[in-house]
Amino acid sequence: MPLSYNFAYLDEQSKKMIRRSILKALAIPGFQVPFGGREMPLPYGWGTGGIQLTAAVIGPDDRLKVIDQGSDDTVNAISIKAFFKKTAGIAITEETRSATIIQTRHRIPETPLQNGQIMVFQVPIPEPLQFIEPKKSQTAKMHGFEEYGSMHVKLYEDIAKFGRIATAFDYPVQVHQRYIMSPSPIPKYDNPKLHRSPAVHLFGAGREKRIYAVPPYTDVVSLDFEDYPFELEKWDGACAVCGSTDSFLDEIITDDTGTRMFICSDTEYCQKKAGNTFS
Amino acid sequence: MTRMPENSSQPLLAVTHLSKFFGRQLGCHDIGFTVSPGEVIGVVGESGSGKSTLLNCIAGRIKPSNGSVFFNSSAGMIDLCRSSEALVRKIIRTQTGYVTQNAAQGLKMHISAGGNIGDKLMAGGMRHYGQIRKMALAWLERVEIDPDRIDDMPATFSGGMQQRLQIAANLVNSPKIMLMDEPTSGLDVSVQARLIDVLRKLVSGLNLSMVLVTHDLAVARLLCHRLYVMKQGEMVESGLSDQILDDPRQPYTQLLVSSVLKP
Repeated sequence: MPLSYNFAYLDEQSKKMIRRSILKALAIPGFQVPFGGREMPLPYGWGTGGIQLTAAVIGPDDRLKVIDQGSDDTVNAISIKAFFKKTAGIAITEETRSATIIQTRHRIPETPLQNGQIMVFQVPIPEPLQFIEPKKSQTAKMHGFEEYGSMHVKLYEDIAKFGRIATAFDYPVQVHQRYIMSPSPIPKYDNPKLHRSPAVHLFGAGREKRIYAVPPYTDVVSLDFEDYPFELEKWDGACAVCGSTDSFLDEIITDDTGTRMFICSDTEYCQKKAGNTFS
Repeated sequence: MTRMPENSSQPLLAVTHLSKFFGRQLGCHDIGFTVSPGEVIGVVGESGSGKSTLLNCIAGRIKPSNGSVFFNSSAGMIDLCRSSEALVRKIIRTQTGYVTQNAAQGLKMHISAGGNIGDKLMAGGMRHYGQIRKMALAWLERVEIDPDRIDDMPATFSGGMQQRLQIAANLVNSPKIMLMDEPTSGLDVSVQARLIDVLRKLVSGLNLSMVLVTHDLAVARLLCHRLYVMKQGEMVESGLSDQILDDPRQPYTQLLVSSVLKP
């Protein structure tokens, strides 16, 4: 571990500031807490929010797992793991069960989370009302006065256009019967995993400089209509590798004649189910 | 603070000693009037006379420097200038409508016509798509827009249709009062006539109160029961519409009435 960096890259004052924001976010579930986002050595959009949260909460005994699109070995995941290995010297794992902190870009792992684990989400657009009201001064008031009716306008537009709620990711939720929250770009398939989850869920938006959180065992309800209830995605096939029918599947086109296969998006879950051991 | 006089038939809206200064610039000064349920009030005057400032003060869009706006809400008589923001926003949202001159400001242009009409219903807590859809279709018909265009964006509508859509979107949750800021300006004469026709039907059918700000005296005569004339931020004359327009007393009103072109 090179001496030129403080533990986990950020200086202690910055980490303290971020932790303070995290505590506030946990105290008001779903509320977006502004924080003094720092410059990180990677571009906005690559997880600067998530990486700052991880840096603020990580300790020398933690085991870090990083996933990108459900996968443990994509560029973003590998780079962030290497970053923390270098600056904090902590243990890295691919196993969901043994990880204490899981930083993610698009997915919540299929393996159920446990109490004591921390999920860190990289959030591009923290404001769920942005589609309805572009003015930040107004959205702050809408949150403050709980004026959330127009959130359903987005879902209405979906049904009018496609005959069903076509929003497939970043599906808005109401947290603890109060704040409307954007669950970041996770597929709506993962929304129910947030509901009463035993783990801590932290959301960090680096460019927008916002932190929000879902504490353990908190109600997280997806918005819907009485006659168009919230539904999960379904697939016709099973995973071609492990045969799973109860995980989020990616559809992969394998040649130019339209042959396709379904594969688990969560690589760790898939490998484990297929019986592969871990290095 | 002036207390509202308590009498047997309470007005729906009572504006008392309302003033608005923008720094040293006068917006409107010491304005007072009342609107009874079902009454249509016109505020006329040349451009820059403070009509829109007055309307924006009533609608809670700008904070007046002085005076009160009493509104007879379902929770009793409430001074909109001195109540909590949460309450005022709720009353404005659920019991008033606001139609702007430029439909692009009043409508959500990237949301379909049906979504625009359904907006206030969903804000009021309606969570049944089928019902929202049904009401949106009914309202399109009432404002004479082809129901087939329910899923079209307002940007594809003509100016007159946009304005009628804006009216439907504001009336769908049956507000007690409509505030209209030059709803007919910028439309050609035949489209204006159709809009006025729709408005007249709605107003008489719904027992709706209205404050209509306009510089078009013909529109004022057709729609309004009473008229207030504004000049340089002050109310100079008031009375029944026909009385003001046929027999204006103030020189300014006389000038205003005589300057209307007659074909």
